[in-house]
Amino acid sequence: MGWKRMKSILPAGSYYFSGADAMAEGAIAARVGYFAGYPITPATEIMKRISVRFRDTGGVFMQMEDEIASVCSLVGASWAGAKAMTATSGPGFSLMQEGIGYAAMTETPIVIVDVQRAGPSTGQASRVGSGDIMQAKWGSHGDYQIIAICPWSVQEAYDQTIKAFNLAEKYRVPVLLLAEEAIGHLRERINISEDIGIFNRKKKSGAAPFGTEEEDGVPPMPAFGDGDKLLVTGSTHNDYGLRKTDDPLVQAKLVSRLDKKIMNNRERIIDYDSYYMEDADVIVIGYGFTARSSLFAIEKLRAEGKKIGMLRLKILWPFADGLIRDIGTKAKAIFVPEMNKGQVAGEVMKYASCQVISYSQTNGEVIYPGTIVEQLRRLL
Amino acid sequence: MARDLEQYLRPRLITPFCPGCGHGILMGLILRAIDELGVDIDDMLFVSGIGCAGWIPSPNFNADTIHTPHGRAIPCATGAKMFNPKLQVLVISGDGDLVDIGGNHLIHAARRNIDLTIICANNMIYGMTGGQACSTTPQGAFTQTTGQGNPYRPFDLCKLVAAAGATYVARYSVTQPLALIASIKKALRTQGFCFIEALSPCPTQFGRRNQLDSPTDMLKFLMDTCITKEEAKGLSPEELEEKIVTGEFSDGGN
Repeated sequence: MGWKRMKSILPAGSYYFSGADAMAEGAIAARVGYFAGYPITPATEIMKRISVRFRDTGGVFMQMEDEIASVCSLVGASWAGAKAMTATSGPGFSLMQEGIGYAAMTETPIVIVDVQRAGPSTGQASRVGSGDIMQAKWGSHGDYQIIAICPWSVQEAYDQTIKAFNLAEKYRVPVLLLAEEAIGHLRERINISEDIGIFNRKKKSGAAPFGTEEEDGVPPMPAFGDGDKLLVTGSTHNDYGLRKTDDPLVQAKLVSRLDKKIMNNRERIIDYDSYYMEDADVIVIGYGFTARSSLFAIEKLRAEGKKIGMLRLKILWPFADGLIRDIGTKAKAIFVPEMNKGQVAGEVMKYASCQVISYSQTNGEVIYPGTIVEQLRRLL
Repeated sequence: MARDLEQYLRPRLITPFCPGCGHGILMGLILRAIDELGVDIDDMLFVSGIGCAGWIPSPNFNADTIHTPHGRAIPCATGAKMFNPKLQVLVISGDGDLVDIGGNHLIHAARRNIDLTIICANNMIYGMTGGQACSTTPQGAFTQTTGQGNPYRPFDLCKLVAAAGATYVARYSVTQPLALIASIKKALRTQGFCFIEALSPCPTQFGRRNQLDSPTDMLKFLMDTCITKEEAKGLSPEELEEKIVTGEFSDGGN
């Protein structure tokens, strides 16, 4: 229970991995015990590697009949004590929304990788997009919170998959790894360290599994078979899981705690990197693959003496509202390049008091550094 | 003796079922089967979906229970069973939940022959939402959404699940309590995917729209309609149309 240092499963050293390989290995390093999935481009490579690697590590692999079954089986496995994961892309992510809401309501730790492709609908299966950012936040009905992480490199695909499991276990929440096709298929050299920090869910026999007075708002989670006679339900329930579907106080308390256990801890959860921010007038807000292109562009413009910097969001949800508000008071303008129609730009506009410019490209291709340089020159 | 079964019920709960509902009978029969087998209920996991039958185990059974989204009982059960094979997993849900919205999961779990026991409480209608037709509603039957009689044929659930590869498949009505208890015991002892269709009367939604106004009329209807495989042997196809054949349709070689 709680934090501990554990040995990496792969020997420490340097590896040449695709993003998909790195996410599979990150899951294995985090001690994933159950993986269920359904084939989908461009996420299948994760399932493929896990199915092979589980022969050595002893995890349970299930290829299910669809993504609904995949995510629901994760909930069953997680309550049976597993660290559970699936990987998909847009169309499968749409089908999983039901299960994501269920996992949020039952406070079940699960990890879902969405290797985003160009949508809507079937769209361009093997091309890149990042159009699922808002779906990740709002995809299932009702009010709930999730955590969404966005890697920009193969190294981060590994590190952040471990982090996804840790956050899921710590906050008993679905954690979504919003990768993009370009990250899933990117190949890079990465370093795997000797030991890693692993968080395992809190257990406390007899304690209420759906209510707590603890400050973090996260109740302990026993497993099936522990003798706790658990009541798990997606219906509104009291601290012990008993359905209370017409009690306004129970509903208000539950929905409020599901919200607060993430939002009150958001300063601990939020993660970002800053580049050339000290004297920047114009700030790029980047995430995922587009942040890589943006950094190239910024370094080129910096060499010309332009005062430009970048804030790279590593956690997209909960959103870094305070940070954006702060930057908005200092910068002249914020520029948000994205492979969608301004999903994060809209969020930035909610909090930044300065001018916010959204640059959107939805042609199934990554945004090249040259494009960003060109766009930024108009601003500078 | 009857009160002995209370040890398996969560204290201080009241039955959620309508007067005349068969699910209360089924609840008792399931607990009797567990009691007679001597299974430790703490080693069991009860999984149910949405609808009246989903409330048989959740929250009534004093054991680990998981109440899933509509139609998803079997995938949740699959995940739990595959990760912890020591759990004896019993799925109890309705026909609409397991076969309509969850039908794809049902046939795939049967195909994989996952070691689960499924009890499908079949009342031939969507009870909780007010009596709409479902995939088990008899052709011609009146429901909220088939005011001129159901134009479609129902599934034969046992044929469907047996064809999908289940190890054990049986059908009994709650009006055949001893046979149903024996069947549940057999299913719980059998390795592999076991499916029991338990016919259960719904006077509130099905009976009142189909000239079976009282709970006793509905029970009599099931007692008259349900025949054994042996009784079915002498009947013509036309006579069989009016009957529901009960018994074991795949016994897993036992």
